[in-house]
This record gives sequence, structure tokens and C-alpha cells, in this order.
Amino acid sequence: MDVLFHNVRELVELAEKENKLISDIMIEQEMNMTGRTREEIFAQMDRNLVVMEQAVERGLNGVQSVSGLTGGDAVLLQKYIASGKSLSGDLLLDAVSKAVATNEVNAAMGTICATPTAGSAGVVPGTLFAVKNKLNPTREQMINFLFTSGAYGFVVANNAFISGAAGGCQAEVGSAAGMAAAAIVEMAGGTPAQTAEAFAITLKNMLGLVCDPVAGLVEVPCVKRNAMGAANAMVAADMALAGITSRIPCDEVIGAMFRIGQTMHPSLKETARGGLAATPTGKALAAKIFGSAVQVD
Amino acid sequence: MKFTSVFDIIGPVMIGPSSSHTAGAARIGRVARDLFGRKPKWAKIHLYGSFAETYKGHGTDVAVVGGLLDFDTFDERIKTAFEHAKNEGLEFEIIPETANKEHPNTARIVMGDETSEMSVEGISIGGGKIEISEVNGFKLRLNGGMPAILVVHDDRAGCIANVANCLAMHHVNIGHMEVSRIERGQTALMVIEVDQNIEERILQQISLIPNITKVSKINN
Repeated sequence: MDVLFHNVRELVELAEKENKLISDIMIEQEMNMTGRTREEIFAQMDRNLVVMEQAVERGLNGVQSVSGLTGGDAVLLQKYIASGKSLSGDLLLDAVSKAVATNEVNAAMGTICATPTAGSAGVVPGTLFAVKNKLNPTREQMINFLFTSGAYGFVVANNAFISGAAGGCQAEVGSAAGMAAAAIVEMAGGTPAQTAEAFAITLKNMLGLVCDPVAGLVEVPCVKRNAMGAANAMVAADMALAGITSRIPCDEVIGAMFRIGQTMHPSLKETARGGLAATPTGKALAAKIFGSAVQVD
Repeated sequence: MKFTSVFDIIGPVMIGPSSSHTAGAARIGRVARDLFGRKPKWAKIHLYGSFAETYKGHGTDVAVVGGLLDFDTFDERIKTAFEHAKNEGLEFEIIPETANKEHPNTARIVMGDETSEMSVEGISIGGGKIEISEVNGFKLRLNGGMPAILVVHDDRAGCIANVANCLAMHHVNIGHMEVSRIERGQTALMVIEVDQNIEERILQQISLIPNITKVSKINN
């Protein structure tokens, strides 16, 4: 039961020393920790990938949440891409729409795979199924994408936090976006060190993001935060692949996220008492949905 | 190290909308039922912190009840767990609390039937991962990631050795063990994490050891 890495520095050093991918190291560690075979571990991740594919597909067909707050935006984006008028690029918007699709399914109490949480479940599959069309990966490479994401999430979860209630949205969508960025870099042929740069660049730009769900529902602003998390991941991956590095090392960025989360006011950590939840419209929506006023600081 | 598997991060497969508030809540309910050993007839579900503030929107209430009915995180029946509870004869009460707990997502389940009662407190630490923090007033830390046996016993010499011997006879390896007691010479608790799921007959043998009052298990 040996842990092969405790932080990003160890993870990257190990991959470079042994001339392996980040995903290889994650799979080896999983084998060490659980005593399961590579085939069993791969098969389980394949099942998670299937759930992600089905959720994206379902969301792209259009879903509506019970509250009526979210649903249908993934469809709007796909139609817009098809119109040929997109300014930020079809690939980027495809990632955004697929991230939105997954989170719309989640909000509708549909079946999803948490990555790392349900509220942030759109970013990793959204970017994966978009870059897939450009990079034409094998099924194995798509599964590896999830192991690379998982390796970074593993480090964050054990050194900081991955839940909005503990560390705000930066811990959820921030982590998910960093995980996705690292995995995109690996799939595109970047080095292990570049995966760490992509993660650092992404998370730096999501530091301080609060968790302020309107009416306490994982809908507003969560669905659009997944959209921007996906966009952030795509741009950061391109920056890292271009050779841009982060002046602050990846592990220190994670440390900063942890300290920011610790000092964040409880009203901004998934209690629905601050931020957007406490705006006049946020409160009015909550009252409309639950038929009574909600407590706000 | 709280998170030990890549599937703690990429996973679980679950019904939305929140891994902490829906999947984690369902797991706390399910582990509580496991520890109780059967479906309880009644349950009082106390919710703290963010659980108390947002349980309606996240389906935390249906998830805990679903867990008590043995539904897994991806079981579509979670959405209609209240109806299933009614049909299966489980009476429950959801009680949002204002007291502050150490962790923001804490649930305390007091449950029972005509023969016994039990209280289980669990925390949802993120991504659907949970820890059990208290059982019948005993503080402990159990993450539900490994099969485990909980043994309530009188605080007497030899009890721990007898239980360990019984497990050794059945070639069950102990991965981690914690013992605690509320007061010297009174009731004590052993929490034993083991490498494989435990068969019912082994639990029965342990329950026959002198000074043992209750044995329960969590399978994985």
C-alpha cells in the first residue's frame, strides 16, 4: 500500500524519471493501493467514461431541471456553433456546450460521474469530448485522460479540498478545470511538466471563486461556472503547450487555494447565504421555488 | 491521507445534483443501515451546517432516506425514496439543526425498531466520500472505504485478544484497529478494518465471546 506521490512535484518527477505518462503513474498507484489488476482498474474507468458519454448526449438533446432554473443552454450553444458565427472558436464552444450539457443533466437529477464533484462534473468530460474531435484519440487514450485528471484531483483532495462547502467553488470547478487542463496537455502530446503548468495556470485564474448557489441548488451559477471552467482549461492547456510556464509552482498554487478557502466566509461556502444567492433576484427565485423566504446573512 | 483511490476523484457514478449533499448523504444513510444490521422501523435524521441550509435543493433528505433503504448512489429510486420508505414501513423525520459541528456537512441518524436503537453520525467530506465520526456516543473515524467490524463490549481484560483470535482463526487480516471507551470498566468499542468482507457466521462467533454485547459490520 504505497503512495507514489504526495504532491505535483513528486508526480511530475516520477513520470519524467521513468519516462512515463501522468496517467501511467496514477494507474500504478491505484494498483499498489488496492491490489487490483490493471485490467480491473481500466474497466472501472471505462464504465465511468460510458456514464459521461451518456450524460453529454442526454444534455445535448435538451433537459430541464425540476426548479426550471436551468436546462436547454447546451442546445442553444450547439445551434450557435452550427450557424458558423462563433467568435471564440468552434472547438472551445463545443467544450463549453458539453460541460453545460453534463451539468444540466446533473441539475435534473440525472445520472452523472462526479469529477471531482457532481457540481463540477461538466468540465472534464466537456473538454474531453470536444478535444476528441480534434486529436482523434484511441479509447485507451480517452480513459487515460480520466486517470491524468484523477492524479491531479488526488493531489488537491489530499492537500487542500475539492468541495464547495469546504473551500468554495475554487475547490470544485477550480480543481476540475485544472484537472482537465492537465489531461488535455497530456492527450495533445505535452510533457508531464507541461501538464503541471497547465494546472497551475488554470487554478491561479480561479482562486477566490466563491460557492454561492441560488436557493442552494446546484444550478445557478454552477452550470455556467462549468462552462467557464471548461473554457479556462482549454486556454490554459494551449498556453502550457505553447511553452508558457507559471511563475508560482503548481503545489504552491494549490496551497494558496487551500488558505484562501480556509479564510473564506461561511456564507460563501455552499450555504446559499451570500454572493449571488443573496442578491434580490437570487432571494426572489429561492422564495418562488420553496414558497417561503430563505435565511440570508 | 483521506483520499486513497483515483475513483474517489473520478466517481462516484451518481444521481445528481451534489456529490457531497446527495451521493455522500446516501452513503451515510447506507452505512448507518449496514451498522444497524437491518432496515430500521424509524429514523430521526438530524442535519447540520450546509446540509441543514440546503438539503431541500440538493435532495439530501431523499438521499439519506434512500441510503437507509439500501439504495446505492446511482439508484434512480433515490428520487422517490420518501414513497419507497412509506411502502417499506420506515417512518422518518428530517430535523435541520442550527448548532455548529466541526464539519459543515454532518448528518446524525438515530434509528431503531422494536428490539434496539442506534445512533450514527457521518460527515460528507467532498466528492461523495464520507467518514463515520460517531456510533452510539463513541467517537471514531471510519471512512467506509474498507470493510470493517464494530464490536461493542464490556471493558474487560482479554476481550480484544479474544476477538483478534477469532478473526485469526478465520484467516481475516486486520488492516487497522481502534479501541475506545466512554469510562474505565464500562462499555467500550472496537473498530476493526479488515481486508475482506466478513461472513455472517464469523460475526455470530464473535457475538458469542464473553463480554461482547453487539457486533456489526460494514461491507465494501
